[in-house]
Amino acid sequence: MAEIARSFHDLNYIDTLSCMDSPVHRIDPRAKLATFLIFAVCVVSFGKYEVSALLPYFFFPAVIIPLARIPARYFAGKIVFLLPFAVLIGIFNPLYDRETLLSIAGLPVSGGMISFVSILIRFILTILAALMLVAVTGFTGVCMALERFGVPKTFTTQLMMLYRYIFVLTSEGMRMARARDLRSVGRKGSGLKVYGSLIGYLLIRTWNRAQRIHMAMLSRGYRGDFFLRRPLRITSADIAFGLGWSAVFITLRFINLPRIAGQLIMGVLS
Amino acid sequence: MSHHIVELKGLSHVYPDGTNALDDITLRITHGESVAIVGANGAGKSTLLLHLNGYLWPTSGSVRIGDYPLTKETLREARRTVGMIFQDPDDQLFMPTIFDDVAFGPFNLGLPRDEVETRVQEALVRMDIAHLRDKPPFKLSAGEKRRAAIATVLSMAPDILVLDEPTTGLDPLGRRQIISILKDFTHTRIIATHDLDLVLDLCSRTIVLHRGTVRADGRTLDIFRDDALLAECHLEQPLSMQGCPICAGKMKHGG
Amino acid sequence: MHMADALISPAVGGTMWAVSAAGIAYCSKKVKEELDERKVPLMGVLGAFVFAAQMINFTIPATGSSGHLGGGMLLAILLGPHAAFLVISSVLVVQALFFADGGLLALGCNIFNLGFFPAFIAYPLIYRKIVRGNVSQGRLALGATLAAIVGLQLGAFGVVLETLASGITELPFSTFVAFMQPIHLAIGIVEGIVTTVVVSFVWKANPQMLEGSPVKAPTGGFPVKTVAAGLLIAAVITGGVVSWYASGNPDGLEWSMAKVSGKEELESTYGIHSMLASLQEKLAFLPDYSFKGTAEASEEAEGDQSARLGTSVSGIVGGAMVLILAFVLGLALKRFATDASSRA
Repeated sequence: MAEIARSFHDLNYIDTLSCMDSPVHRIDPRAKLATFLIFAVCVVSFGKYEVSALLPYFFFPAVIIPLARIPARYFAGKIVFLLPFAVLIGIFNPLYDRETLLSIAGLPVSGGMISFVSILIRFILTILAALMLVAVTGFTGVCMALERFGVPKTFTTQLMMLYRYIFVLTSEGMRMARARDLRSVGRKGSGLKVYGSLIGYLLIRTWNRAQRIHMAMLSRGYRGDFFLRRPLRITSADIAFGLGWSAVFITLRFINLPRIAGQLIMGVLS
Repeated sequence: MSHHIVELKGLSHVYPDGTNALDDITLRITHGESVAIVGANGAGKSTLLLHLNGYLWPTSGSVRIGDYPLTKETLREARRTVGMIFQDPDDQLFMPTIFDDVAFGPFNLGLPRDEVETRVQEALVRMDIAHLRDKPPFKLSAGEKRRAAIATVLSMAPDILVLDEPTTGLDPLGRRQIISILKDFTHTRIIATHDLDLVLDLCSRTIVLHRGTVRADGRTLDIFRDDALLAECHLEQPLSMQGCPICAGKMKHGG
Repeated sequence: MHMADALISPAVGGTMWAVSAAGIAYCSKKVKEELDERKVPLMGVLGAFVFAAQMINFTIPATGSSGHLGGGMLLAILLGPHAAFLVISSVLVVQALFFADGGLLALGCNIFNLGFFPAFIAYPLIYRKIVRGNVSQGRLALGATLAAIVGLQLGAFGVVLETLASGITELPFSTFVAFMQPIHLAIGIVEGIVTTVVVSFVWKANPQMLEGSPVKAPTGGFPVKTVAAGLLIAAVITGGVVSWYASGNPDGLEWSMAKVSGKEELESTYGIHSMLASLQEKLAFLPDYSFKGTAEASEEAEGDQSARLGTSVSGIVGGAMVLILAFVLGLALKRFATDASSRA
């Protein structure tokens, strides 16, 4: 329960971040959604042995996070929390791919080691992309961008209703679970039978709530349509943001900036 | 002005499982009245309210809102006329922000964007929550949520307000705010509640429901003074009408 | 069972995005055609219910583990395949955006693995075939459990295929399959049991809820106790399987159940999670930025050779430089942003 309670702390926290105001927050959600997607596509499009060319992509979070005035520490903590899973996903590569591809300081480095590091970097970058997107856009913003991009209204409405009631229902669920734990000394109450009726009861309450919401919708003239009109207006700044970053990402996809920089430095040194 | 009349004639409702929730209810509420509907749990208050905007249909009898009987054809107009505020604001605030929620009704009425904006702003100011306009509902306090729920209905410019337990779950301040706002309304108000002190503050007329029938209908003060009636219907005098037990005890000793 | 962005190629991610987008479009159309506007709030709150239900655990007998509801099969039973697919997809979107479960590109894979198989394969072809017309507790238990198992087996196999097709991991097919399928068998059994228990409860308490679904009120059937006993036996067997795995490969189990499997996992009450949680909390108090993890890639650069790799010495030197630059830029921007806001 603790882990999931944490998740909801996260949810609430990111939601709070998304309500802030900054130059990044003010950019049109469509421009942001497109930019972040292109970022993610570029990152995962590299070959599995690519490490150095991925690194310049850290410029993106390094610019966005401070400009959006969202705390880097939070994202760093998230990454540290999730990184072991990436390690476990990637750990097989060094085990199965032992062919030495280069040596550093006389130590042989296998292809598996390199692809392992590559996986970790991809992992960090893509996690950052997902979390940053919603932290600077907000869930409603993402939904509206999706709707403008042609995602059916039925689905965006579903996303928004789901998001609205997550907070209501999880606190209801937590209260019920707490009541169970308080009454069941020891572990007895966490058995399957009590669990089944607890969840079943929560489900029935949820069902009844849906009926009441429907009543409330009807009494305000609901006829099957949701009106969520925000005057979304793409400005030249939004376009510049989207095109500018996309151009950077695509350029970095084809030009290995670190290698060029490194060759320059090595050339100067020798 | 006959617009704002609510009239129930011989209204009965039997639920599909056979429960006889309302039995031959006849009453008439006229323009500008503020009426309380009280009664123990299960007396039929909620069932009665749900007939007023056509969520439930009478098993027999009729409902009249304004000039028209409530039928499938007049349903839309009735739902605009009767603003229904439900018990749990979380059920009424289902949109991403307070603005969207308050605008939901006006948009469904087919009003143009400017008009919707004006209506929303007026309703928010009226409920003293204009500053919460862009907030998501889950960030609001219980009292703010309640006021927002009322605003969602006000923006539709209803003639009649129907409130189900408007003060449950509120702290004393939140409760006081709701009461003072409701006091200023000139709408016809129908309030179902267990909060009899609120009734004393807001409603000159009280209807007592008991097991699906109208047990009493009259001036609030008269009804609250009828101890036998209250006891029969599992009700209690509002605290403000009960003599202070401590002082009363002293008086007995002294006198 | 959530696929992660780090493991997929754009081709696989893009294909699965297209497939899932088509699924969402098709299901949205279907749900709209049903013209049952009650479903709008119902689908919304049921999606939220899945999150709420996942916060509540139960103890799996004879193991130290606890399990919770995944929800896919339950949603299909309550809502039918089309609406269930949309609800599952919406849950996955929230998980991807807020918890970084999976990621933006892997979302298509995850929707397909966790939404398509339970809603369009397991539910219609297994659950409904078994729980047909005359329903009993036994049929319900069998149908839900079998459907949950098959749904999760297919989903797990989907993960294997998508991962291997992406070619980022070196894991051989046979090892991967041998690893994923048995674990998801255990998860599937637990999911089936939980679904059965919850649906049975709802049946008794509020049978109208199941009206929309092909399940009508139970006709006789055998007493709850018998069913409960049967489920318990199944649970013990499951527990045996789980603990056998757990003893052989504690970390592997933990990992595979908790993350690779996404939300259908059996999670151990203590262990790596709580450790990481406290680590993260500690870190949150550290006073500065932390991109430390990646800077290691720049270990003292010397040596030579290998231009066919992106990682050559110059790559390492340049990479380190780029990282430092990004870091410094971030710090500078932060100072700039704070100044700007304090001036404003």
